[in-house]
Amino acid sequence: MLKSREELQLLRAEATKRMLAETKRIIVCAGAGCVSKGALKIYDKFADIMKQKGIDFSLELQKEPHSDSVRLKESGCHGFCEIGPLVRIEPQGWLYVKVKVEDCEEIIEKTIVNGECVDRLAYTQDGKVYREQKEIPFYKKQTRMILDNCDKIDATSIEEYLATGGYTALEKALFDMSSEDVINEISESGLRGRGGGGFPAGRKWSQVARQNNFPKYVVCNGDEGDPGAFMDRSVMEDDPHRMIEGMIIAGIATGANDGYIYVRAEYPKAVARLSLAIKQATELGLLGDNILGTDFSFKMHINRGAGAFVCGEGSALTASIEGKRGMPRTKPPRTVEHGLFDKPTVLNNVETYANVALIINKGSAWFKGIGTENSTGTKTFALTGNIQNAGLIEVPMGTTLREVIFDIGGGVRDGGEFKAVQIGGPSGGCLTEEHFDLPLDFDSLSKVGAIIGSGGLVVMDQKTCMVEVARFFMDFTQKESCGKCVPCREGTKRMLEILNRIVDGKGEDGDIELLKELGEAISKTALCGLGKTAAGPVLSTIKYFEDEYRAHIYDKKCPAGACQKLKTIVIDPELCKGCSKCARNCPVGAIKGEIKKPFQIDQKVCIKCGACVSTCPFKAIKEI
Amino acid sequence: MSTFDYTVLDNAIEQFGNKESSLISILQSAQEHYRYLPKEVFPYLAEKLGISEAKIYGVATFYENFSLEQKGKYVIKVCDGTACHVRHSVPILEALRKELGLSEEKKTTDDLMFTVETVACLGACSSAPAITLNNEIYPTMTPESAVALIKSLKENA
Amino acid sequence: MSEYMIIDGIKAEINGEKNILELARKVGIEIPAFCYDPELSIYGACRMCMFEDERGRLDAACSCKPRDGMVIKTNTAKLRKYRKMILELLLANHCRDCTTCHMSGKCRLQEFAYKFNIEGIRFPNNACQISSDSSSNSIIRAPGKCILCGKCVRMCNEVQSVGAIDYAFRGSKMKIATAFDGDIANSPCVGCGQCAAVCPTGAIVIRDDADLVWKALGDDNVEVSVQIAPAVRVGLGTEFGFNEGENVMGKLVTALKEMGFDKVYDTNIGADLTIMEESNELIHRIKKGGKLPMFTSCCPAWIRFAEDKYPDLLDNISTCKSPMQMLAATVKALYKGEKKHVHVAIMPCSAKKDEAKREKFNGDVDFVLSTQEVVRMIREHGIHFAQLQESLPDVPFKEYTGAGVIFGASGGVMEAALRTAVETITGEKLGSVEFKEVRGMEGVKEAEYNVKDLKVKVAVVSGLKNARDICDKVRAGEADYQFIEIMSCPGGCVNGGGQPFVDAFTRSAMDYKGLRAKGLYNTDANMSNRKSHDNMSVSYLYDNYFGEVGGHKAHELLHTHYEPKKKN
Repeated sequence: MLKSREELQLLRAEATKRMLAETKRIIVCAGAGCVSKGALKIYDKFADIMKQKGIDFSLELQKEPHSDSVRLKESGCHGFCEIGPLVRIEPQGWLYVKVKVEDCEEIIEKTIVNGECVDRLAYTQDGKVYREQKEIPFYKKQTRMILDNCDKIDATSIEEYLATGGYTALEKALFDMSSEDVINEISESGLRGRGGGGFPAGRKWSQVARQNNFPKYVVCNGDEGDPGAFMDRSVMEDDPHRMIEGMIIAGIATGANDGYIYVRAEYPKAVARLSLAIKQATELGLLGDNILGTDFSFKMHINRGAGAFVCGEGSALTASIEGKRGMPRTKPPRTVEHGLFDKPTVLNNVETYANVALIINKGSAWFKGIGTENSTGTKTFALTGNIQNAGLIEVPMGTTLREVIFDIGGGVRDGGEFKAVQIGGPSGGCLTEEHFDLPLDFDSLSKVGAIIGSGGLVVMDQKTCMVEVARFFMDFTQKESCGKCVPCREGTKRMLEILNRIVDGKGEDGDIELLKELGEAISKTALCGLGKTAAGPVLSTIKYFEDEYRAHIYDKKCPAGACQKLKTIVIDPELCKGCSKCARNCPVGAIKGEIKKPFQIDQKVCIKCGACVSTCPFKAIKEI
Repeated sequence: MSTFDYTVLDNAIEQFGNKESSLISILQSAQEHYRYLPKEVFPYLAEKLGISEAKIYGVATFYENFSLEQKGKYVIKVCDGTACHVRHSVPILEALRKELGLSEEKKTTDDLMFTVETVACLGACSSAPAITLNNEIYPTMTPESAVALIKSLKENA
Repeated sequence: MSEYMIIDGIKAEINGEKNILELARKVGIEIPAFCYDPELSIYGACRMCMFEDERGRLDAACSCKPRDGMVIKTNTAKLRKYRKMILELLLANHCRDCTTCHMSGKCRLQEFAYKFNIEGIRFPNNACQISSDSSSNSIIRAPGKCILCGKCVRMCNEVQSVGAIDYAFRGSKMKIATAFDGDIANSPCVGCGQCAAVCPTGAIVIRDDADLVWKALGDDNVEVSVQIAPAVRVGLGTEFGFNEGENVMGKLVTALKEMGFDKVYDTNIGADLTIMEESNELIHRIKKGGKLPMFTSCCPAWIRFAEDKYPDLLDNISTCKSPMQMLAATVKALYKGEKKHVHVAIMPCSAKKDEAKREKFNGDVDFVLSTQEVVRMIREHGIHFAQLQESLPDVPFKEYTGAGVIFGASGGVMEAALRTAVETITGEKLGSVEFKEVRGMEGVKEAEYNVKDLKVKVAVVSGLKNARDICDKVRAGEADYQFIEIMSCPGGCVNGGGQPFVDAFTRSAMDYKGLRAKGLYNTDANMSNRKSHDNMSVSYLYDNYFGEVGGHKAHELLHTHYEPKKKN
């Protein structure tokens, strides 16, 4: 148990020394993407091989590492999930991609023993081999601050966090700054909430600090529910102490002594990592009573979500922590006055708290130097969909969409053609080619009717049907609506009904207008943020892709060729041998013909199920 | 009287505290233990925590993770997050349902072997389309590989 | 300095109104709303009460506090458009069988659909396929008509703390449900009907047994007698153009006679009987060291509540039957006629329908009609109520005292009991018979009296949440009362679930409960006999029939016992 600042500094210095003494490292990415592709087996294999070969290696930070020993480390997500499993070799900084268990022997032999690079495992783009991770275009354009530790440290070790300067901000906030200083620094930095709303964090903190109603609470929203977003997960799993440190500092600034982390239930590993981190911090005396000998106490609690997207909304989240249905309540009163257990509450999301220590350590001036004037700092994005380099990225606010999609993301996957990118998840909207040079920051996005949201960027190619995408998001929102207010409960249901009808080829004249009318009424009258933004994807796809809607409704065609019910299934008479297999498999008897002559499909009867397509031995049946 | 064993609930109450705000955590413990929420849980917690049964029912039916019906030995969740969706997760779901004779309403096989559900997003978007089998992620699935997985589970059962 | 805001161009002075909706009402502007009720927490779900500020921003008037200098409009083109959309969405999911709905003419949804000129619904509707729950003796639930305004849930939980129903599921599958969506009859529902009293549509209504009574009335081989509870006479008048709280007993008696009831009795005499027995029981408990505090037993919803939630306190409840059951037992016992005898009770209450069906009461009351049903029956019979002559009830159950009539207001039973108990203990006539400390519409009232060398501390509570709080105190040994009156409905029987429906606007604009209670207290004040033990008919009954107060025969006919609710 650390009783003073000096004791913490000593411990940190020692950990840093030990970490610096480690020279050779094999860092295996254990992010969700790589693990699902077998990263843990690779990790075990490395250990086996080194044991066999009698190589001196360690799985954890050693007491006294010597220059020849190899550190085998399981790190957090490196972000470049597309080409996982990833293995990085240090001190060279070489990155091996798509590593298989069979490659491990060669890596040990050539790289660890002989110091040679296995170039066939290095990343290659446009014929060029990139040995070093930092040279790869995907990484080169990024500014990884929040995610900096993710691919470096072992998240289960508080010593490694300390060795990277961990808990120095806490130290500063406790001993060198008053709570006003902390709030001023955060306010001055221009840090805005990363959860979607973009509300200035410093202002929120000062509003809570002003309340004379105790106890107060610091709550972290880790209920990252946007389908297609996994940034917060990475921070919680791979660098939990960074977030915890930010929360403790929020407690110092606002006068709160309890912190609650609300983690999405689908992230069991995040729960485990956070629990471990809290345990470690408590054992060291960085959490608990009289932290580092001061009179400041702070305890941390974890609540697991139980599967409700709406709990990402502040008042629903606090209701859920209170053991209730996660139904948002009316505001005022606001969370800063009457939040958790009806007490003043600071509620920020994971990424917002993760910025705090950086700002306290390096100062608001430094932070303001990154990003744009009104959107300072960086933003993490989950880049997914039909994109070449899917993964987790971090860029300065104001980076253009073009840079993100093409320079970092490598453009559309499989040579496809770009159509749109959905930003902000089910609450957001889509951006098109015309927005390529749009800077990704709070204000620029809000001008075009989109939001950063929590940071999901889903790229869609020309084969993606935008009506179907809108239907998909509406289906999600409709299922996740809490059901409390009329516009959201009834309105999203009706919008979904109409969209389902349209993609099924039963759209009617007036549907587009009715969708717009519903969308507007929901946006203006719904009770909470989820409801107010529920129609976003539909309204923005209508705005940019009304032609697609019209094609579905009036021509009964899906221009992207994606909507099953709008396809026409035809038999190519050149290829058909008249075997009758298709006719026998057709569930509705739509296919007729004479044996050994080309068969035909009666389009009026056909239900577009596609059963014939897959059964034809001659590939004569096609969907057009 | 029933012979229902309330130990799990008692332990959870002990762990999280005998208060309304512990309800969700206690239900989660029960859900993990029984893999669903047996009816007996409701009156017992109502009595202990001083919350009406109707309110507990309201909480249990609000959150996706709670099930009032028994789940299968193998719970398969097909991710239908955006990334998986645009990389065709729906055909995987349909193939699994067809293979097991399940539907959107009927999620669990009669022999209580398999439960097939969807999940909004597993956060494994780079492995899209992904499914989980009892919380283990299976990446880049196809309808065929999903059905093959079921078949192998059946054979080993 | 006064603070003002401008609503639709009208200057409105702010005097601590809790929201803009209330302030607007004060200056004569009705902002439409479904889910707002002044006595319940703010829910903010219907989104009808949105207003527009100077910058064109919208907010909900129910959850927004008036602020000095605010300028708002409550009816703009934008707001009308959105309100119409909300109405269309609600109507699309509402079983619109308006012509055959109990709430037709009183339904807020119907009213707004008409006012906002909703001309067509563009969405498919399957709401009528949702089946109703008629398992309860007291209320009928028709979820197909539910607009999820949540008033019933808030009433059942916040005001009554019964917790029979709550929100279940979510999104478009959300509904109001009992645990496991089971029958309401198998839930902790106590039948108080307060949910129905706040339901803006026909989703929860009081069970209607009028047809059964019509059948008996039409049968020549049946003698039909009826008793009328105190609160009915001050609740029914508004339906026929009388002022709120006006006592229309005389006309009601005439109407019932016209409809074919053979004998019309006054429940007040049952109330006087109750006081005789109950005050005797109280004195007995105090003097002989019986279980104290003693709770009143008139309210059947309270009895259900206690049997379910406080089985350990059942011995604290007076064993006296309610006035309705006492009178019915007496009427049935004294009936000497040839014909089959059917006894009907007209009550302000839906829980009485259930009480009458308790096995212990042997069907002494054959049917209970709520005030609402009697109003409908009077209308069905084509009676011009306002023009009726007044009549008196029939002997021998017509004479009553002022003590009996105030039973309908919270505190009335307490006051009536005190009048008798104090005189019995002291053996002296009371100077003033009025115990004003226990009057009024507050949910919890306390008083302490020095009666000879006895200190009598009493409490009067209405609303079951208040009852729960006091029961918890009793349970914890923190309550030093001797006598506690409990009525389930806030304000007592005048506000019973079976009384005519009072819409949400009136609920916040007028103290209708207080006016009804005032009607009863005025009647009491004008009586020559104001103490139950001065009732000559009561004395006659004891002398010729029951024998001693609290005696064997009285016990047999006028007392009962309670059993803890069986839990499955």
